Amino acid sequence: MDILNAFTVLINFTLIPALSYGSQLALGAIFVTLIYSVLRFANFATGDMMSFGTMFAVLLTYYFQTIGINFGFLPTALLTIPFAIIAMIIYMLLIDKFVFSYYRIKKSPPVQFAMVSVGVMFVTQAIIRIVIGPSDRRFIDGEKFILKANEFKEITGLNEGITLKSSQAITVIVTVIIVSIMFWFLNNTKTGKSMRAYSDNEDLALLSGIDPKKVVMITWVIAGILATIGGVLYGLDKSYRPFVYFNNMLPIFAAAIVGGIGNPFGAFLGGYVIAFAEIFLTYAYKRFMSYLLPESLEPNSLLQLLSTDYKFAISFSILVIVLLVRPSGIFKGKTL
Amino acid sequence: MRNYSNVIAAYSIMLVLIILVGIFQSWSIALTIMNYCLISAVMTIGANIQWGYAGLINFGIMGYTALGGLAVVLVSVDPVKKAWQMGGLNILACILIIVAMVVTVRYLLKHFKKSKIRNYGIASIIIGGILVLNITATPGIEAIEAIDPAKTGFLGGLGMPVLFSWVVGGLFAAGLAFVIGKIALGLRADYLAIATLLIAEIVVSIIKHEEWLARGVKNVIGLKRPAPYEIDLQTSDWFINLVEKFHSKKLSLISSATEKQEALNQMVIEASSVYVKLCFTGLFITVVVILLIVTQKALYSPWGRKMRAIRDNEEAASAMGKNIVKEHLLIFVLGSAVVGLAGAMMVTNDGLFTPGSYRPMRYTFVIWVMVIVGGTGNNFGAILGGFVVWFLWVEAAPIALFLINLFTSHMPETHALRVHLIESASYFRFLVIGIGLLMIMRYRPKGIIPEKIIKQ
Repeated sequence: MDILNAFTVLINFTLIPALSYGSQLALGAIFVTLIYSVLRFANFATGDMMSFGTMFAVLLTYYFQTIGINFGFLPTALLTIPFAIIAMIIYMLLIDKFVFSYYRIKKSPPVQFAMVSVGVMFVTQAIIRIVIGPSDRRFIDGEKFILKANEFKEITGLNEGITLKSSQAITVIVTVIIVSIMFWFLNNTKTGKSMRAYSDNEDLALLSGIDPKKVVMITWVIAGILATIGGVLYGLDKSYRPFVYFNNMLPIFAAAIVGGIGNPFGAFLGGYVIAFAEIFLTYAYKRFMSYLLPESLEPNSLLQLLSTDYKFAISFSILVIVLLVRPSGIFKGKTL
Repeated sequence: MRNYSNVIAAYSIMLVLIILVGIFQSWSIALTIMNYCLISAVMTIGANIQWGYAGLINFGIMGYTALGGLAVVLVSVDPVKKAWQMGGLNILACILIIVAMVVTVRYLLKHFKKSKIRNYGIASIIIGGILVLNITATPGIEAIEAIDPAKTGFLGGLGMPVLFSWVVGGLFAAGLAFVIGKIALGLRADYLAIATLLIAEIVVSIIKHEEWLARGVKNVIGLKRPAPYEIDLQTSDWFINLVEKFHSKKLSLISSATEKQEALNQMVIEASSVYVKLCFTGLFITVVVILLIVTQKALYSPWGRKMRAIRDNEEAASAMGKNIVKEHLLIFVLGSAVVGLAGAMMVTNDGLFTPGSYRPMRYTFVIWVMVIVGGTGNNFGAILGGFVVWFLWVEAAPIALFLINLFTSHMPETHALRVHLIESASYFRFLVIGIGLLMIMRYRPKGIIPEKIIKQ
């Protein structure tokens, strides 16, 4: 019984949050890696692009709520995702046409692309703050919990409960669906294969008649879908605040590099590696151990390896270690 | 002289703009902007050494700035004796443990061959070390933080003059840069950018959360100053006499004695804040001029030529027998030291250390925009970039407000769009900076004052 209690605690406070946070990071990391391998630059506007898509979802959710459309027990925001994706893709394609395409044709070095993306970051941030403002917004509605701690205790008769928020369940399910569709698309369709060919060897791909414009467009479309969904899921789970989204860019980069940049499956796993490391290293194991150890050995301290203030620092340290030991990432192998 | 005409023109325009702020807003604001422009200029000189001379992309500027600020606290604040008695030993023991850890890991790396056992050994040393550190540090940290937490709760500094901390700030930043350079300099350009940005975040989060070191997010206020205090000035006779002489014409127009005294008091208060800022301006200009002379000399010396050769073609330079790794590390350390100096200058100017305010937006990306806009590889350009971008960053909001009022003047006062736009006027600075950067990158990729190669 004690062992069951101990693991219930662990599942409730580490496994479930880590899974949902990891999924959100994974979507962002695949976005980074796609842009990196097809368009060949590190996109510093990542966080703000995700924020831009989410902004539309938030505004549309408010609009839908005022005209009385809802999605039953699911959050209204899920209904708004398709519209937000369309807006996001239009914005990305406009940015590409007016900003990035010039440098692509000139074959500028990646550093120049990165600096240009910093400019895009500034502009996107300005638009977001002017349209919606910098404040914190919660836009989740519908049923908030799938499983409450008390209900779980009643069903199982354990001392500890498991809480499962609907946003967490939605995050994991949607991520799995989206990522599997994307991998199927990349591996099995003609367009997906042409994207892989283009990222592998640009000149050879052009020789064999692949249209670069189409490849670039499809990449932005997929990127737009990933960015918007990743952003909305994060916002549903926590809350929507532009500054936080900008900061999320950093663990997302860490996830993409840890997974081996340019490798979408690595990025997907990298997201979970970062999330699990952050949560497991900052979790206080006192309650967990108090069930496992006999009373005489009960721990006095919190049994916390690092304070939660260092959450971000952990993911960055992992990145530094990976860069030192294995610069091509943990899951190296074929790219895209 | 003709070669420098565009430089002189650009700087004159900048000076006129700041004078206009002085006339239309107030001289105090103009001097504040001027001081921050000068600090930004020091930062851009540092970033330009790395990016312009050697092509190294360093997004960790925020970390060095924060370390420079930390140096001011650690050097100039008076030591908290009680805290040293209560927890000083633990902290010293921790430092010893960290040194021992680093030495053993280095020893293992040097004397054992690469193998799985070595990796596990290093990992276990690090994990064990962290556990031991936790056990030794916790009681000491708790004791230190418990001492008068509203005012101190930290170890304090050395109680030395604040100007000395500028040098120490540079040394701190150089030390950090040496470590980062050893770790990350072998990486490709965009990897290096991300890695430096993330390492800087780690540094800032340590400064933010280790309260025994510099009070963390509780901030340190009332730092020492290399300039006189306003209160002292307002009570000293020579200063009042000076102000009286300066404004004698205006004062002679006022007839009644009490009114005259009141007007004089007002003038003295205003003048004292301007005087203090002028002192800082003088100090900062000295630093900028010294740095400019040194960097200019370095740029056109054989060493500068070597750096440019490495930047433009690494393989060729390496074939000529230049040690690229060593030169890159050297320039990374030098540039970072200058940025650390700027960080110390900024904290001294503010008189307070606020670790919570170190954010990548303001301290990395804006600085980079300054370097790119001003002119990479040209020191005059980098300094001008610091001036132009900081000026826009500060003055964008008032200008945006003016334009919004102009364009929405036909709308009623309570129109939703107008109210919303006026509320968000301060965010137009991001728009101005972003569009400015994109325009410069597109139409003048070498910056306002491009790099000039003098053929010798």
